[in-house]
Amino acid sequence: MNESNLKKIEVKNVTKVFGKNVKKATQLLNSGKSKNEILKTTGATIGVNKANFDVYEGEIFVIMGLSGSGKSTLVRLLNRLIEPSTGNILIDGQDVVKMNKEQLRDVRRKKIGMVFQNFALFPHRTILENTEYGLEIQGVAKAKRKAKAKESLKLVGLEGYEEQYPNQLSGGMQQRVGLARALANEPDILLMDEAFSALDPLIRKDMQNELLQLHDSMGKTIVFITHDLDEALRIGDRIALMKDGQIVQIGTPEEILMSPSNEYVEKFVEDVDLSKVFTAAHIMKPAETVQVDKGPRVALTLMKNLRISSIYVVDKQNRLLGAITAQGAKEAAETGATLQKVMIQEISTVPAETLLIDLFNLVSTAAVPVAVVDESHRMQGIVIRGALIGALAGNDVYINNPDIHKTDDLKKVD
Amino acid sequence: MNGLPRIPLADWIDLFVDWLVSRFGGIFDGVANFLEQTVEGIVSGLGLIPAILIALFIGLVAWLVSKKSIAIFSFTGFLMIDYLGYWDAMLQTLALVLTSVIISIVVGVPIGIWASQKETVRRIVTPMLDFMQTMPAFVYLLPAIFFFNIGVVPGVVASVIFSMPPTIRLTILGIRQVPRDLIEATEAFGSTTGQRLMKVQLPLAMPTIMAGINQSIMLALSMVVIASMVGAPGLGEEVYRAVTQLKTGVGFEAGIAIVILAIVLDRITQNIGRQNQGGNVS
Ligand SMILES: Nc1ncnc2c1ncn2[C@@H]1O[C@H](COP(=O)(O)OP(=O)(O)OP(=O)(O)O)[C@@H](O)[C@H]1O
Ligand SMILES: [Mg+2]
Repeated sequence: MNESNLKKIEVKNVTKVFGKNVKKATQLLNSGKSKNEILKTTGATIGVNKANFDVYEGEIFVIMGLSGSGKSTLVRLLNRLIEPSTGNILIDGQDVVKMNKEQLRDVRRKKIGMVFQNFALFPHRTILENTEYGLEIQGVAKAKRKAKAKESLKLVGLEGYEEQYPNQLSGGMQQRVGLARALANEPDILLMDEAFSALDPLIRKDMQNELLQLHDSMGKTIVFITHDLDEALRIGDRIALMKDGQIVQIGTPEEILMSPSNEYVEKFVEDVDLSKVFTAAHIMKPAETVQVDKGPRVALTLMKNLRISSIYVVDKQNRLLGAITAQGAKEAAETGATLQKVMIQEISTVPAETLLIDLFNLVSTAAVPVAVVDESHRMQGIVIRGALIGALAGNDVYINNPDIHKTDDLKKVD
Repeated sequence: MNGLPRIPLADWIDLFVDWLVSRFGGIFDGVANFLEQTVEGIVSGLGLIPAILIALFIGLVAWLVSKKSIAIFSFTGFLMIDYLGYWDAMLQTLALVLTSVIISIVVGVPIGIWASQKETVRRIVTPMLDFMQTMPAFVYLLPAIFFFNIGVVPGVVASVIFSMPPTIRLTILGIRQVPRDLIEATEAFGSTTGQRLMKVQLPLAMPTIMAGINQSIMLALSMVVIASMVGAPGLGEEVYRAVTQLKTGVGFEAGIAIVILAIVLDRITQNIGRQNQGGNVS
């Protein structure tokens, strides 16, 4: 979906210094002093330090980092809720930093929606009135904005709650209202600052799924802040990692996991549950195959030379048809039967993006190693028990190099 | 004391007041006229209605905004004032209090809003409010007499000065108390300052602002006896006369009338404030 690679947001060398001695702090920053040193000598806090990145149209861009690393500051720089000290921020090619009040207001009204950690719903307004707020301040006619707001509430599954007040709703529902309120304006970009952090884990997962569905159907560009790696991996197309105001690594979830760029990222990644991150593609081995129109003797010879006890049978397009054991091949050779006749047809197959956690049962019960196939049933590889266990034990030897093959986004799995 | 020349502050203030009177006398006369007519308008307007109807009306209002017991108290309390023979005096006092409070609201709420938006304004206004409230109320009477002669007008002016601070203060407080993330939300959606104020800040500050108005009413009521010293008519005048003539009984009667008025006004406005929390009911 993001193959187009159209740049929606461009952040160029953006720095934010909080406090009085902004000039001095910037100088020190340029001379390579650390956030702590600058705080000590000038009293100024570095919020964001020379951030550079692009967000592509239609992608979910996750910004992750520990508390105080500058995530909230960075996301607020995008719609200039916080004024950058230096740098440029382009949205659809237009520099937000240079805009006057009216232009900025217009961008905030039409292009960017925001969802907040603590929902930030207006307690004196009903759910419907909350949702129509953005349209109301744009002067949209009452009937029209009510209809839009209702539509938006329907989208997040809150039909029938229009006349309630925020404090009558559960946390999860309140955040749905927050989402609906942001969506009602039909912005291209959604900024979400730890939008799900205040929710309990189950509801949080629901919301993540729902966001992904919404994203799939509406194709908005989303900048999502979190300090939770699992969340970042689940929903992010790309992830930026922040530390002390700096972006230390940007990459796809896989790239981040596979090659942490430094100790900091490594620490972050360390305790992630591998079975929920790695997929069949990561641990599969090349499969030995024989084409179906070859005779059983060919199969037998191949098995003998490769020292294996079974081999997969494929057609000319490499589509998996079945498997045959050495025993079966031998009998066929003696009776003159074809491979087609004697092969085992019930073979467990999985798509490449299956998570390891979902592979366990299959792998442990299968007689022949589980085959990994693509949509047209073409053979891609096999999963053997040893590799599965080895990978889960954290042994890199069993993990394929991510460059060799292309796996789809992790998030598509469930 | 020890050779230092004494600063003639009192002389300066006198000079300043003289200058104001000579320079802006016309304006003061206009203001005086306006205030006097407002107060008299209220008094004669209410005077046309039979006491029992007013008592009923007040009782009804009390019932609507709060509970039955307050309603009964208000109704019988007002009847009692009439029965004791202080009805006209009570109307005078009520008119003085209402006029002062209306001015306090009309002037105080906008100042409060302004100060809540601009840090510098708040820095200037806050010490002025401290000054207005801690200066003994008597002191306001003197310049008030200079500018407005004796009668009800200097009474109103002194009451306004004395009673306005809570309205301003709590308007500032109420607006500033609106959670930061709500303000951020209004900004993120592209609200203008006016929209933010009218649609979010003021509605959420309303209960606090009402509490300020309630306090202003109480302070204005507490000024009625002092105001009577410069010739403002009403219950305060009755109390003041009773004190100077050592008529304890009469003093108490008029005092009780003030107390009844105070309780009724307090309960009614307090509950209007609560009702305004609107959306927060669950
Ligand atoms: N208004 C402000 N004035 C001064 N310093 C600030 C301000 N806002 C943020 N900071 C500082 O900037 C740094 C980054 O803060 P920020 O809120 O962006 O972090 P964060 O990554 O969002 O953290 P968290 O996960 O706790 O939300 C912190 O050191 C913080 O103290
Ligand atoms: Mg934050």
